[in-house]
Amino acid sequence: MTTLRPDLQMVADWVGKKQRVLDLGCGDGSLLRYLFDSRQATGYGLEIDPAGITQSVANGINVIESDLDEGLSDFDDDAFDQVIMTQTLQAVQRPDQLLREMLRVGRTGIVTFPNFAYYRLRYHIAVRGRMPMSEALSYAWYETPNIHFCTIRDFEALCAELGIHILERRVLSHDLKRPPLRGFLPNLFGEIALYRICRA
Amino acid sequence: MSDAIPPNSVGWVTPRYAQFDEPLALESGRELPGYTLAYETYGTLNAQASNAILVCHALSGNHHAAGFHADDAKKPGWWDACIGPGKPLDTNRFFVVCSNNLGGCHGSTGPISENPETGELYGADFPMVTVKDWVQTQARLADHLGIERWAAVAGGSLGGMQALQWAIDAPERIGHAIVIAAAAKLSAQNIAFNEVARQAIRSDPDFNDGRYHRAGATPRTGLMLARMLGHITYLSEAAMGEKFGRERRSEQSDYGFDYNVEFEVESYLRHQGQSFVDRFDANTYLLMTKALDYFDPAAATGGDLAAALANVRSPFLVTSFTSDWRFPPAASHEIVRALLDTNKRVNYAEIRANHGHDAFLMPVPRYLEIFSTYMQRVADEVGV
Repeated sequence: MTTLRPDLQMVADWVGKKQRVLDLGCGDGSLLRYLFDSRQATGYGLEIDPAGITQSVANGINVIESDLDEGLSDFDDDAFDQVIMTQTLQAVQRPDQLLREMLRVGRTGIVTFPNFAYYRLRYHIAVRGRMPMSEALSYAWYETPNIHFCTIRDFEALCAELGIHILERRVLSHDLKRPPLRGFLPNLFGEIALYRICRA
Repeated sequence: MSDAIPPNSVGWVTPRYAQFDEPLALESGRELPGYTLAYETYGTLNAQASNAILVCHALSGNHHAAGFHADDAKKPGWWDACIGPGKPLDTNRFFVVCSNNLGGCHGSTGPISENPETGELYGADFPMVTVKDWVQTQARLADHLGIERWAAVAGGSLGGMQALQWAIDAPERIGHAIVIAAAAKLSAQNIAFNEVARQAIRSDPDFNDGRYHRAGATPRTGLMLARMLGHITYLSEAAMGEKFGRERRSEQSDYGFDYNVEFEVESYLRHQGQSFVDRFDANTYLLMTKALDYFDPAAATGGDLAAALANVRSPFLVTSFTSDWRFPPAASHEIVRALLDTNKRVNYAEIRANHGHDAFLMPVPRYLEIFSTYMQRVADEVGV
Protein backbone atom coordinates (compact mmCIF):
# COMPACT_ATOMS: atom_id res chain seq x y z
CA MET A 1 0.00 0.00 0.00
CA THR A 2 1.35 3.42 -0.90
CA THR A 3 1.84 6.06 1.76
CA LEU A 4 -0.44 9.05 1.59
CA ARG A 5 0.44 12.69 1.82
CA PRO A 6 0.16 13.68 5.53
CA ASP A 7 -2.99 15.78 5.06
CA LEU A 8 -4.69 12.96 3.16
CA GLN A 9 -3.59 10.52 5.84
CA MET A 10 -5.34 12.65 8.45
CA VAL A 11 -8.47 12.61 6.29
CA ALA A 12 -8.22 8.84 5.86
CA ASP A 13 -7.92 8.43 9.62
CA TRP A 14 -11.34 10.03 9.94
CA VAL A 15 -12.96 7.44 7.67
CA GLY A 16 -14.31 4.34 9.38
CA LYS A 17 -14.44 0.81 7.99
CA LYS A 18 -16.69 -0.13 5.07
CA GLN A 19 -18.07 3.35 4.55
CA ARG A 20 -19.62 4.60 1.37
CA VAL A 21 -17.45 7.50 0.29
CA LEU A 22 -17.74 10.24 -2.32
CA ASP A 23 -14.52 12.16 -3.06
CA LEU A 24 -15.15 15.56 -4.66
CA GLY A 25 -12.15 16.48 -6.80
CA CYS A 26 -10.45 13.13 -6.31
CA GLY A 27 -7.30 14.05 -8.24
CA ASP A 28 -5.31 10.94 -9.12
CA GLY A 29 -7.56 8.80 -6.94
CA SER A 30 -4.87 7.89 -4.40
CA LEU A 31 -7.00 8.76 -1.36
CA LEU A 32 -9.89 6.59 -2.57
CA ARG A 33 -7.48 3.80 -3.50
CA TYR A 34 -6.13 3.93 0.04
CA LEU A 35 -9.64 3.92 1.53
CA PHE A 36 -10.71 1.02 -0.71
CA ASP A 37 -7.67 -1.01 0.40
CA SER A 38 -7.27 -0.10 4.05
CA ARG A 39 -10.86 0.65 5.06
CA GLN A 40 -12.80 -1.57 2.62
CA ALA A 41 -14.56 1.61 1.56
CA THR A 42 -16.71 1.76 -1.57
CA GLY A 43 -17.78 4.74 -3.63
CA TYR A 44 -16.79 7.18 -6.31
CA GLY A 45 -14.42 9.99 -7.11
CA LEU A 46 -15.50 13.03 -9.10
CA GLU A 47 -12.85 14.83 -11.13
CA ILE A 48 -12.72 17.31 -13.99
CA ASP A 49 -9.03 17.19 -14.92
CA PRO A 50 -8.35 14.69 -17.75
CA ALA A 51 -4.94 13.67 -16.37
CA GLY A 52 -6.45 13.09 -12.92
CA ILE A 53 -9.23 11.01 -14.46
CA THR A 54 -6.78 8.79 -16.33
CA GLN A 55 -4.63 8.33 -13.20
CA SER A 56 -7.76 7.52 -11.20
CA VAL A 57 -8.67 4.84 -13.74
CA ALA A 58 -5.11 3.51 -13.46
CA ASN A 59 -5.55 3.46 -9.68
CA GLY A 60 -8.60 1.28 -10.14
CA ILE A 61 -11.08 3.52 -8.37
CA ASN A 62 -14.45 4.52 -9.85
CA VAL A 63 -14.04 7.97 -11.32
CA ILE A 64 -16.78 10.05 -12.91
CA GLU A 65 -15.87 13.08 -15.00
CA SER A 66 -17.91 15.86 -13.38
CA ASP A 67 -17.99 19.58 -12.93
CA LEU A 68 -18.62 20.26 -9.25
CA ASP A 69 -20.00 23.68 -10.17
CA GLU A 70 -23.00 21.84 -11.58
CA GLY A 71 -23.83 20.38 -8.19
CA LEU A 72 -24.26 16.77 -7.14
CA SER A 73 -27.61 16.09 -8.78
CA ASP A 74 -26.40 12.61 -9.79
CA PHE A 75 -26.69 11.54 -6.17
CA ASP A 76 -29.65 11.01 -3.90
CA ASP A 77 -29.97 12.39 -0.38
CA ASP A 78 -27.92 10.45 2.19
CA ALA A 79 -26.34 8.28 -0.52
CA PHE A 80 -22.96 8.31 1.26
CA ASP A 81 -21.59 7.91 4.78
CA GLN A 82 -18.81 10.33 4.06
CA VAL A 83 -18.35 13.05 1.44
CA ILE A 84 -14.76 14.24 1.20
CA MET A 85 -13.44 17.41 -0.40
CA THR A 86 -9.69 17.93 -0.09
CA GLN A 87 -8.18 21.20 -1.29
CA THR A 88 -11.04 21.78 -3.69
CA LEU A 89 -13.37 24.17 -1.85
CA GLN A 90 -11.34 27.19 -2.95
CA ALA A 91 -11.58 26.21 -6.62
CA VAL A 92 -15.36 26.04 -7.02
CA GLN A 93 -17.78 28.77 -8.09
CA ARG A 94 -20.02 28.60 -5.04
CA PRO A 95 -18.39 26.94 -2.02
CA ASP A 96 -21.50 27.62 0.07
CA GLN A 97 -23.78 25.74 -2.33
CA LEU A 98 -21.36 22.86 -2.65
CA LEU A 99 -21.10 22.52 1.13
CA ARG A 100 -24.87 22.28 1.28
CA GLU A 101 -24.85 19.69 -1.50
CA MET A 102 -22.15 17.70 0.31
CA LEU A 103 -24.26 17.37 3.40
CA ARG A 104 -27.36 16.59 1.39
CA VAL A 105 -25.80 13.50 -0.26
CA GLY A 106 -23.67 12.54 2.75
CA ARG A 107 -24.29 12.10 6.44
CA THR A 108 -20.94 13.64 7.31
CA GLY A 109 -18.36 15.58 5.37
CA ILE A 110 -14.63 16.16 5.49
CA VAL A 111 -13.32 19.44 4.09
CA THR A 112 -9.72 20.59 3.79
CA PHE A 113 -8.50 23.89 2.35
CA PRO A 114 -5.48 26.19 2.40
CA ASN A 115 -5.89 28.78 5.15
CA PHE A 116 -5.48 32.20 3.58
CA ALA A 117 -4.69 33.77 6.96
CA TYR A 118 -1.57 31.63 7.40
CA TYR A 119 1.21 33.95 8.60
CA ARG A 120 3.46 33.42 5.58
CA LEU A 121 0.62 34.42 3.26
CA ARG A 122 -0.13 37.45 5.41
CA TYR A 123 3.51 38.39 4.99
CA HIS A 124 3.21 38.25 1.17
CA ILE A 125 0.37 40.73 1.20
CA ALA A 126 1.22 42.86 4.22
CA VAL A 127 4.96 43.28 3.66
CA ARG A 128 5.65 42.48 0.04
CA GLY A 129 2.36 43.73 -1.31
CA ARG A 130 2.06 40.68 -3.58
CA MET A 131 -0.58 38.01 -3.91
CA PRO A 132 0.60 35.09 -1.80
CA MET A 133 2.24 31.98 -3.15
CA SER A 134 3.18 29.02 -0.98
CA GLU A 135 3.49 25.25 -1.07
CA ALA A 136 -0.28 24.95 -0.75
CA LEU A 137 -0.98 27.86 -3.12
CA SER A 138 1.58 27.35 -5.83
CA TYR A 139 -0.07 29.31 -8.64
CA ALA A 140 0.44 32.89 -9.76
CA TRP A 141 -2.69 35.03 -9.36
CA TYR A 142 -3.47 35.11 -13.10
CA GLU A 143 -3.43 31.37 -13.63
CA THR A 144 -4.73 30.01 -10.37
CA PRO A 145 -7.74 27.72 -10.38
CA ASN A 146 -8.28 28.85 -6.78
CA ILE A 147 -10.91 31.54 -6.98
CA HIS A 148 -12.44 31.63 -3.50
CA PHE A 149 -9.83 31.92 -0.81
CA CYS A 150 -10.96 31.75 2.77
CA THR A 151 -9.51 31.65 6.23
CA ILE A 152 -10.26 29.39 9.15
CA ARG A 153 -12.46 32.12 10.65
CA ASP A 154 -14.30 32.66 7.35
CA PHE A 155 -15.02 28.96 7.01
CA GLU A 156 -16.32 28.63 10.52
CA ALA A 157 -18.52 31.70 10.06
CA LEU A 158 -19.95 30.20 6.87
CA CYS A 159 -20.64 26.90 8.64
CA ALA A 160 -22.52 28.79 11.36
CA GLU A 161 -24.53 30.63 8.72
CA LEU A 162 -25.37 27.42 6.83
CA GLY A 163 -26.28 25.54 10.00
CA ILE A 164 -23.36 23.17 9.60
CA HIS A 165 -22.03 21.60 12.76
CA ILE A 166 -18.23 21.31 13.09
CA LEU A 167 -17.39 17.96 14.66
CA GLU A 168 -13.63 18.35 14.66
CA ARG A 169 -10.92 20.69 13.39
CA ARG A 170 -7.24 20.07 12.80
CA VAL A 171 -4.54 22.18 11.21
CA LEU A 172 -1.25 21.41 9.57
CA SER A 173 1.60 23.84 9.38
CA HIS A 174 4.31 24.34 6.78
CA ASP A 175 5.34 21.22 4.80
CA LEU A 176 2.22 19.52 6.16
CA LYS A 177 3.83 19.19 9.58
CA ARG A 178 2.04 19.26 12.91
CA PRO A 179 1.40 22.86 13.96
CA PRO A 180 3.66 24.56 16.48
CA LEU A 181 2.52 25.32 20.04
CA ARG A 182 -0.07 22.48 19.98
CA GLY A 183 -2.23 24.29 17.48
CA PHE A 184 -2.21 27.63 19.26
CA LEU A 185 -3.56 30.46 17.04
CA PRO A 186 -4.62 28.11 14.23
CA ASN A 187 -5.71 30.94 11.94
CA LEU A 188 -2.16 32.29 12.07
CA PHE A 189 -0.06 29.14 12.14
CA GLY A 190 -2.22 26.69 10.22
CA GLU A 191 -1.39 26.39 6.52
CA ILE A 192 -3.94 23.65 5.85
CA ALA A 193 -7.22 23.37 7.72
CA LEU A 194 -9.07 20.07 8.04
CA TYR A 195 -12.66 19.80 9.22
CA ARG A 196 -15.13 17.07 9.95
CA ILE A 197 -18.64 18.46 9.56
CA CYS A 198 -22.24 17.34 9.67
CA ARG A 199 -25.72 18.79 9.49
CA ALA A 200 -26.60 20.55 12.71
CA MET B 1 2.35 -5.60 -49.96
CA SER B 2 3.02 -6.67 -46.42
CA ASP B 3 5.84 -4.15 -45.93
CA ALA B 4 3.24 -1.40 -46.28
CA ILE B 5 1.42 -2.64 -43.20
CA PRO B 6 2.20 -0.57 -40.09
CA PRO B 7 3.85 -2.47 -37.21
CA ASN B 8 0.96 -1.77 -34.84
CA SER B 9 -1.54 -3.40 -37.19
CA VAL B 10 -2.85 -6.92 -36.75
CA GLY B 11 -1.83 -7.39 -40.40
CA TRP B 12 -3.65 -9.57 -42.91
CA VAL B 13 -6.84 -11.12 -41.66
CA THR B 14 -9.42 -13.51 -43.04
CA PRO B 15 -12.99 -13.94 -41.89
CA ARG B 16 -14.18 -17.22 -40.45
CA TYR B 17 -17.67 -18.65 -40.34
CA ALA B 18 -19.50 -20.48 -37.57
CA GLN B 19 -22.63 -22.47 -38.33
CA PHE B 20 -25.34 -22.82 -35.69
CA ASP B 21 -27.99 -25.45 -36.28
CA GLU B 22 -29.98 -25.03 -33.09
CA PRO B 23 -33.10 -22.90 -33.77
CA LEU B 24 -32.98 -19.36 -32.45
CA ALA B 25 -36.10 -17.87 -30.83
CA LEU B 26 -36.13 -14.15 -31.59
CA GLU B 27 -37.54 -11.36 -29.46
CA SER B 28 -40.10 -10.66 -32.19
CA GLY B 29 -41.63 -14.10 -31.60
CA ARG B 30 -40.29 -15.51 -34.84
CA GLU B 31 -37.68 -18.23 -35.04
CA LEU B 32 -34.68 -18.89 -37.25
CA PRO B 33 -34.03 -22.59 -37.91
CA GLY B 34 -30.26 -22.01 -37.97
CA TYR B 35 -27.79 -19.38 -38.97
CA THR B 36 -24.19 -18.55 -39.80
CA LEU B 37 -22.07 -15.90 -38.14
CA ALA B 38 -19.09 -14.39 -39.93
CA TYR B 39 -16.38 -13.32 -37.52
CA GLU B 40 -12.76 -12.35 -37.24
CA THR B 41 -10.31 -12.83 -34.39
CA TYR B 42 -7.09 -11.03 -33.56
CA GLY B 43 -4.47 -12.15 -31.05
CA THR B 44 -4.31 -15.52 -29.32
CA LEU B 45 -6.73 -17.10 -26.88
CA ASN B 46 -4.78 -18.12 -23.76
CA ALA B 47 -4.97 -21.57 -22.18
CA GLN B 48 -7.52 -20.47 -19.58
CA ALA B 49 -9.57 -18.70 -22.29
CA SER B 50 -9.62 -15.70 -19.95
CA ASN B 51 -8.28 -13.02 -22.30
CA ALA B 52 -11.12 -12.82 -24.83
CA ILE B 53 -12.68 -9.48 -25.72
CA LEU B 54 -15.89 -9.24 -27.71
CA VAL B 55 -16.12 -6.21 -29.97
CA CYS B 56 -19.60 -5.27 -31.20
CA HIS B 57 -20.13 -3.24 -34.35
CA ALA B 58 -22.38 -0.31 -35.09
CA LEU B 59 -25.08 0.26 -37.72
CA SER B 60 -23.04 -0.15 -40.90
CA GLY B 61 -20.06 -2.04 -39.50
CA ASN B 62 -19.23 -5.71 -39.74
CA HIS B 63 -16.85 -8.35 -38.43
CA HIS B 64 -13.86 -6.73 -40.13
CA ALA B 65 -12.78 -4.60 -37.17
CA ALA B 66 -9.00 -4.50 -37.62
CA GLY B 67 -6.20 -5.33 -40.03
CA PHE B 68 -6.43 -5.73 -43.77
CA HIS B 69 -8.18 -8.05 -46.16
CA ALA B 70 -6.11 -9.32 -49.08
CA ASP B 71 -8.56 -7.78 -51.56
CA ASP B 72 -8.42 -4.34 -49.94
CA ALA B 73 -4.94 -3.46 -48.72
CA LYS B 74 -5.78 0.24 -48.43
CA LYS B 75 -8.60 0.34 -45.92
CA PRO B 76 -8.18 -1.33 -42.52
CA GLY B 77 -11.05 -2.64 -40.38
CA TRP B 78 -13.41 -0.10 -38.81
CA TRP B 79 -11.83 -0.04 -35.33
CA ASP B 80 -8.20 -0.29 -36.39
CA ALA B 81 -7.49 2.80 -34.25
CA CYS B 82 -8.22 0.72 -31.14
CA ILE B 83 -7.29 -2.89 -31.99
CA GLY B 84 -3.72 -4.08 -32.54
CA PRO B 85 -0.34 -4.45 -30.86
CA GLY B 86 0.10 -1.66 -28.30
CA LYS B 87 -3.38 -0.24 -28.98
CA PRO B 88 -6.14 -0.12 -26.32
CA LEU B 89 -7.37 -3.60 -27.29
CA ASP B 90 -3.79 -4.87 -27.33
CA THR B 91 -3.61 -8.03 -29.42
CA ASN B 92 -0.32 -8.96 -27.71
CA ARG B 93 -2.43 -9.62 -24.63
CA PHE B 94 -6.01 -10.04 -25.65
CA PHE B 95 -7.88 -12.31 -28.02
CA VAL B 96 -10.28 -9.98 -29.78
CA VAL B 97 -13.42 -11.34 -31.47
CA CYS B 98 -15.81 -9.41 -33.70
CA SER B 99 -18.76 -10.96 -35.49
CA ASN B 100 -21.06 -9.63 -38.15
CA ASN B 101 -24.46 -9.17 -36.51
CA LEU B 102 -27.27 -11.50 -37.44
CA GLY B 103 -29.27 -9.79 -40.18
CA GLY B 104 -26.09 -8.29 -41.59
CA CYS B 105 -24.96 -8.48 -45.18
CA HIS B 106 -21.29 -9.42 -44.95
CA GLY B 107 -21.36 -13.13 -44.31
CA SER B 108 -23.70 -13.66 -41.38
CA THR B 109 -27.19 -14.90 -42.11
CA GLY B 110 -29.38 -12.02 -43.18
CA PRO B 111 -31.65 -10.71 -45.93
CA ILE B 112 -29.18 -11.64 -48.68
CA SER B 113 -28.91 -15.24 -47.43
CA GLU B 114 -30.97 -18.07 -48.79
CA ASN B 115 -34.14 -18.91 -46.89
CA PRO B 116 -34.01 -22.71 -46.48
CA GLU B 117 -37.81 -22.88 -46.52
CA THR B 118 -38.21 -21.27 -49.95
CA GLY B 119 -34.83 -21.67 -51.60
CA GLU B 120 -34.94 -17.94 -52.37
CA LEU B 121 -33.12 -15.08 -50.69
CA TYR B 122 -34.79 -13.95 -47.47
CA GLY B 123 -35.02 -10.33 -48.59
CA ALA B 124 -37.87 -8.58 -46.79
CA ASP B 125 -38.88 -11.90 -45.17
CA PHE B 126 -35.87 -11.92 -42.90
CA PRO B 127 -37.21 -11.51 -39.36
CA MET B 128 -36.50 -8.36 -37.42
CA VAL B 129 -33.67 -8.80 -34.95
CA THR B 130 -32.95 -6.88 -31.77
CA VAL B 131 -29.92 -6.09 -29.64
CA LYS B 132 -31.07 -8.83 -27.24
CA ASP B 133 -31.12 -11.33 -30.12
CA TRP B 134 -27.58 -10.34 -31.06
CA VAL B 135 -26.37 -10.94 -27.51
CA GLN B 136 -27.89 -14.42 -27.71
CA THR B 137 -26.08 -15.20 -30.98
CA GLN B 138 -22.80 -13.78 -29.67
CA ALA B 139 -23.14 -15.95 -26.54
CA ARG B 140 -23.44 -18.99 -28.78
CA LEU B 141 -20.37 -17.84 -30.68
CA ALA B 142 -18.54 -17.65 -27.33
CA ASP B 143 -19.59 -21.25 -26.60
CA HIS B 144 -18.38 -22.27 -30.05
CA LEU B 145 -14.98 -20.66 -29.38
CA GLY B 146 -14.68 -22.19 -25.89
CA ILE B 147 -15.03 -18.83 -24.14
CA GLU B 148 -16.96 -19.11 -20.90
CA ARG B 149 -16.56 -15.45 -19.99
CA TRP B 150 -15.45 -12.39 -21.93
CA ALA B 151 -12.81 -10.35 -20.14
CA ALA B 152 -14.70 -7.40 -21.62
CA VAL B 153 -17.39 -6.61 -24.15
CA ALA B 154 -16.74 -3.35 -25.97
CA GLY B 155 -18.41 -1.26 -28.62
CA GLY B 156 -19.28 2.20 -29.83
CA SER B 157 -22.72 3.51 -30.80
CA LEU B 158 -25.02 0.54 -31.52
CA GLY B 159 -22.02 -1.59 -30.49
CA GLY B 160 -22.03 0.08 -27.07
CA MET B 161 -25.70 -0.78 -26.75
CA GLN B 162 -24.79 -4.43 -27.26
CA ALA B 163 -22.14 -4.18 -24.52
CA LEU B 164 -24.79 -2.72 -22.20
CA GLN B 165 -27.26 -5.49 -23.08
CA TRP B 166 -24.55 -8.10 -22.43
CA ALA B 167 -24.01 -6.71 -18.92
CA ILE B 168 -27.74 -7.01 -18.28
CA ASP B 169 -28.48 -10.35 -19.97
CA ALA B 170 -25.38 -12.36 -19.08
CA PRO B 171 -23.79 -10.71 -16.03
CA GLU B 172 -21.81 -13.83 -15.19
CA ARG B 173 -20.25 -14.05 -18.63
CA ILE B 174 -18.74 -10.58 -18.89
CA GLY B 175 -15.87 -9.09 -16.88
CA HIS B 176 -16.18 -5.48 -18.01
CA ALA B 177 -18.54 -3.47 -20.20
CA ILE B 178 -17.03 -0.74 -22.35
CA VAL B 179 -19.77 1.50 -23.66
CA ILE B 180 -18.60 4.25 -25.99
CA ALA B 181 -20.68 7.02 -27.57
CA ALA B 182 -23.85 5.06 -26.90
CA ALA B 183 -27.23 5.54 -25.26
CA ALA B 184 -29.68 3.55 -23.16
CA LYS B 185 -32.34 4.42 -25.73
CA LEU B 186 -32.73 6.58 -28.80
CA SER B 187 -34.20 10.05 -28.59
CA ALA B 188 -37.19 11.08 -30.70
CA GLN B 189 -34.77 13.02 -32.92
CA ASN B 190 -32.69 9.89 -33.47
CA ILE B 191 -35.72 7.79 -34.34
CA ALA B 192 -36.77 10.58 -36.70
CA PHE B 193 -33.46 10.44 -38.56
CA ASN B 194 -33.80 6.67 -38.84
CA GLU B 195 -37.34 7.04 -40.17
CA VAL B 196 -36.26 9.46 -42.89
CA ALA B 197 -33.53 6.99 -43.88
CA ARG B 198 -36.05 4.15 -43.99
CA GLN B 199 -38.54 6.16 -46.02
CA ALA B 200 -35.81 7.09 -48.49
CA ILE B 201 -35.20 3.37 -49.05
CA ARG B 202 -38.80 2.20 -48.94
CA SER B 203 -40.07 4.88 -51.32
CA ASP B 204 -37.40 4.12 -53.93
CA PRO B 205 -39.29 2.70 -56.96
CA ASP B 206 -36.77 -0.15 -57.08
CA PHE B 207 -37.50 -1.22 -53.51
CA ASN B 208 -40.41 -3.49 -54.52
CA ASP B 209 -41.53 -3.98 -50.90
CA GLY B 210 -38.09 -5.32 -50.10
CA ARG B 211 -38.25 -8.04 -52.75
CA TYR B 212 -35.90 -6.20 -55.07
CA HIS B 213 -33.64 -9.23 -55.53
CA ARG B 214 -36.48 -11.07 -57.16
CA ALA B 215 -37.10 -8.07 -59.40
CA GLY B 216 -33.40 -7.92 -60.25
CA ALA B 217 -33.12 -4.35 -59.02
CA THR B 218 -31.58 -2.44 -56.10
CA PRO B 219 -33.02 0.65 -54.38
CA ARG B 220 -29.74 2.45 -54.98
CA THR B 221 -31.04 5.98 -54.71
CA GLY B 222 -32.90 5.32 -51.48
CA LEU B 223 -29.98 3.59 -49.80
CA MET B 224 -27.64 6.31 -50.99
CA LEU B 225 -29.87 9.03 -49.52
CA ALA B 226 -30.14 7.10 -46.26
CA ARG B 227 -26.36 6.94 -46.00
CA MET B 228 -25.91 10.59 -46.94
CA LEU B 229 -28.31 11.61 -44.19
CA GLY B 230 -26.53 9.32 -41.75
CA HIS B 231 -23.16 10.86 -42.57
CA ILE B 232 -24.42 14.34 -41.84
CA THR B 233 -25.47 13.24 -38.37
CA TYR B 234 -22.20 11.40 -37.66
CA LEU B 235 -20.14 14.56 -38.13
CA SER B 236 -20.30 17.74 -36.11
CA GLU B 237 -20.97 21.07 -37.77
CA ALA B 238 -17.44 22.13 -36.85
CA ALA B 239 -15.87 18.98 -38.30
CA MET B 240 -17.79 19.42 -41.57
CA GLY B 241 -16.83 23.08 -41.70
CA GLU B 242 -13.19 22.24 -41.13
CA LYS B 243 -13.16 19.43 -43.65
CA PHE B 244 -15.10 21.10 -46.48
CA GLY B 245 -16.04 24.65 -45.64
CA ARG B 246 -17.57 26.15 -48.76
CA GLU B 247 -14.80 24.73 -50.95
CA ARG B 248 -15.87 23.94 -54.47
CA ARG B 249 -14.59 21.25 -56.76
CA SER B 250 -13.97 23.40 -59.80
CA GLU B 251 -11.27 26.01 -60.01
CA GLN B 252 -13.72 28.37 -61.69
CA SER B 253 -14.90 31.21 -59.54
CA ASP B 254 -18.37 31.36 -61.09
CA TYR B 255 -21.28 29.28 -59.88
CA GLY B 256 -22.53 26.63 -62.30
CA PHE B 257 -26.21 27.57 -61.86
CA ASP B 258 -27.14 23.92 -62.22
CA TYR B 259 -27.50 20.85 -59.96
CA ASN B 260 -24.24 19.13 -60.71
CA VAL B 261 -21.79 18.46 -57.89
CA GLU B 262 -20.29 21.79 -57.04
CA PHE B 263 -19.40 22.04 -53.36
CA GLU B 264 -16.86 19.64 -51.86
CA VAL B 265 -19.36 18.58 -49.21
CA GLU B 266 -21.80 17.50 -51.94
CA SER B 267 -19.09 15.49 -53.60
CA TYR B 268 -18.14 13.85 -50.31
CA LEU B 269 -21.71 12.89 -49.45
CA ARG B 270 -22.43 11.52 -52.91
CA HIS B 271 -19.25 9.51 -52.83
CA GLN B 272 -20.04 8.12 -49.40
CA GLY B 273 -23.58 7.30 -50.46
CA GLN B 274 -22.60 5.66 -53.74
CA SER B 275 -19.79 3.54 -52.34
CA PHE B 276 -22.09 2.44 -49.53
CA VAL B 277 -24.64 1.12 -52.01
CA ASP B 278 -21.97 -1.17 -53.45
CA ARG B 279 -21.22 -2.80 -50.12
CA PHE B 280 -24.47 -2.73 -48.18
CA ASP B 281 -27.92 -4.22 -48.46
CA ALA B 282 -31.00 -2.01 -48.12
CA ASN B 283 -33.00 -4.59 -46.11
CA THR B 284 -30.12 -4.94 -43.66
CA TYR B 285 -30.04 -1.16 -43.29
CA LEU B 286 -33.74 -1.18 -42.47
CA LEU B 287 -33.31 -3.97 -39.91
CA MET B 288 -30.37 -2.30 -38.18
CA THR B 289 -32.18 1.02 -37.83
CA LYS B 290 -35.18 -0.74 -36.30
CA ALA B 291 -32.91 -2.57 -33.84
CA LEU B 292 -31.59 0.86 -32.82
CA ASP B 293 -35.09 2.31 -32.44
CA TYR B 294 -36.35 -0.62 -30.38
CA PHE B 295 -33.38 -0.72 -28.02
CA ASP B 296 -34.61 0.28 -24.56
CA PRO B 297 -33.56 -2.14 -21.83
CA ALA B 298 -35.42 -0.04 -19.24
CA ALA B 299 -38.74 -0.79 -20.95
CA ALA B 300 -38.78 -4.17 -19.17
CA THR B 301 -38.64 -2.41 -15.79
CA GLY B 302 -41.23 0.29 -16.40
CA GLY B 303 -38.72 2.80 -17.71
CA ASP B 304 -36.45 2.47 -14.67
CA LEU B 305 -32.95 1.96 -16.10
CA ALA B 306 -31.38 1.51 -12.65
CA ALA B 307 -33.79 -1.36 -12.02
CA ALA B 308 -32.89 -2.86 -15.41
CA LEU B 309 -29.24 -2.76 -14.34
CA ALA B 310 -29.87 -4.25 -10.89
CA ASN B 311 -28.18 -7.57 -11.66
CA VAL B 312 -25.17 -6.12 -13.46
CA ARG B 313 -21.90 -7.33 -11.97
CA SER B 314 -19.29 -5.99 -14.34
CA PRO B 315 -17.61 -2.63 -13.89
CA PHE B 316 -18.24 -0.17 -16.71
CA LEU B 317 -16.16 2.26 -18.68
CA VAL B 318 -18.51 4.77 -20.29
CA THR B 319 -17.17 7.47 -22.59
CA SER B 320 -18.81 10.13 -24.70
CA PHE B 321 -17.56 12.87 -27.01
CA THR B 322 -18.38 16.55 -26.58
CA SER B 323 -19.35 17.22 -30.21
CA ASP B 324 -21.44 14.05 -30.66
CA TRP B 325 -24.99 15.23 -31.23
CA ARG B 326 -26.29 11.86 -32.43
CA PHE B 327 -25.41 10.15 -29.13
CA PRO B 328 -24.61 13.18 -26.98
CA PRO B 329 -22.82 13.12 -23.61
CA ALA B 330 -26.21 13.47 -21.90
CA ALA B 331 -27.22 10.08 -23.31
CA SER B 332 -24.09 8.41 -21.90
CA HIS B 333 -24.67 10.25 -18.68
CA GLU B 334 -28.06 8.61 -18.35
CA ILE B 335 -26.32 5.22 -18.30
CA VAL B 336 -23.79 6.47 -15.75
CA ARG B 337 -26.52 7.89 -13.56
CA ALA B 338 -28.42 4.60 -13.54
CA LEU B 339 -25.25 2.71 -12.62
CA LEU B 340 -24.55 5.18 -9.79
CA ASP B 341 -28.13 4.84 -8.56
CA THR B 342 -27.64 1.14 -8.10
CA ASN B 343 -24.09 1.39 -6.69
CA LYS B 344 -22.34 -0.25 -9.63
CA ARG B 345 -18.68 0.27 -10.39
CA VAL B 346 -18.45 2.78 -13.22
CA ASN B 347 -15.93 5.14 -14.75
CA TYR B 348 -16.97 7.96 -17.01
CA ALA B 349 -15.02 10.29 -19.26
CA GLU B 350 -16.37 12.98 -21.55
CA ILE B 351 -13.75 13.36 -24.26
CA ARG B 352 -13.26 16.73 -25.89
CA ALA B 353 -13.31 16.03 -29.63
CA ASN B 354 -14.79 17.89 -32.56
CA HIS B 355 -15.37 14.89 -34.88
CA GLY B 356 -18.98 14.37 -33.84
CA HIS B 357 -20.30 10.83 -33.37
CA ASP B 358 -17.54 9.43 -35.60
CA ALA B 359 -14.99 10.33 -32.90
CA PHE B 360 -15.31 6.83 -31.48
CA LEU B 361 -13.63 5.52 -34.63
CA MET B 362 -10.81 8.07 -34.53
CA PRO B 363 -7.42 8.06 -32.81
CA VAL B 364 -8.36 10.88 -30.42
CA PRO B 365 -5.38 10.93 -27.99
CA ARG B 366 -7.30 11.26 -24.72
CA TYR B 367 -9.81 8.61 -25.81
CA LEU B 368 -7.06 6.12 -26.65
CA GLU B 369 -5.27 6.94 -23.41
CA ILE B 370 -8.20 6.34 -21.10
CA PHE B 371 -9.30 3.27 -23.07
CA SER B 372 -5.73 1.85 -22.83
CA THR B 373 -5.49 2.66 -19.13
CA TYR B 374 -8.78 0.91 -18.46
CA MET B 375 -7.75 -2.12 -20.51
CA GLN B 376 -4.54 -2.33 -18.47
CA ARG B 377 -6.81 -2.85 -15.49
CA VAL B 378 -8.67 -5.61 -17.34
CA ALA B 379 -5.36 -7.20 -18.35
CA ASP B 380 -4.11 -7.13 -14.75
CA GLU B 381 -7.29 -8.83 -13.58
CA VAL B 382 -7.04 -11.70 -16.03
CA GLY B 383 -3.25 -11.89 -15.65
CA VAL B 384 -2.10 -11.10 -19.19
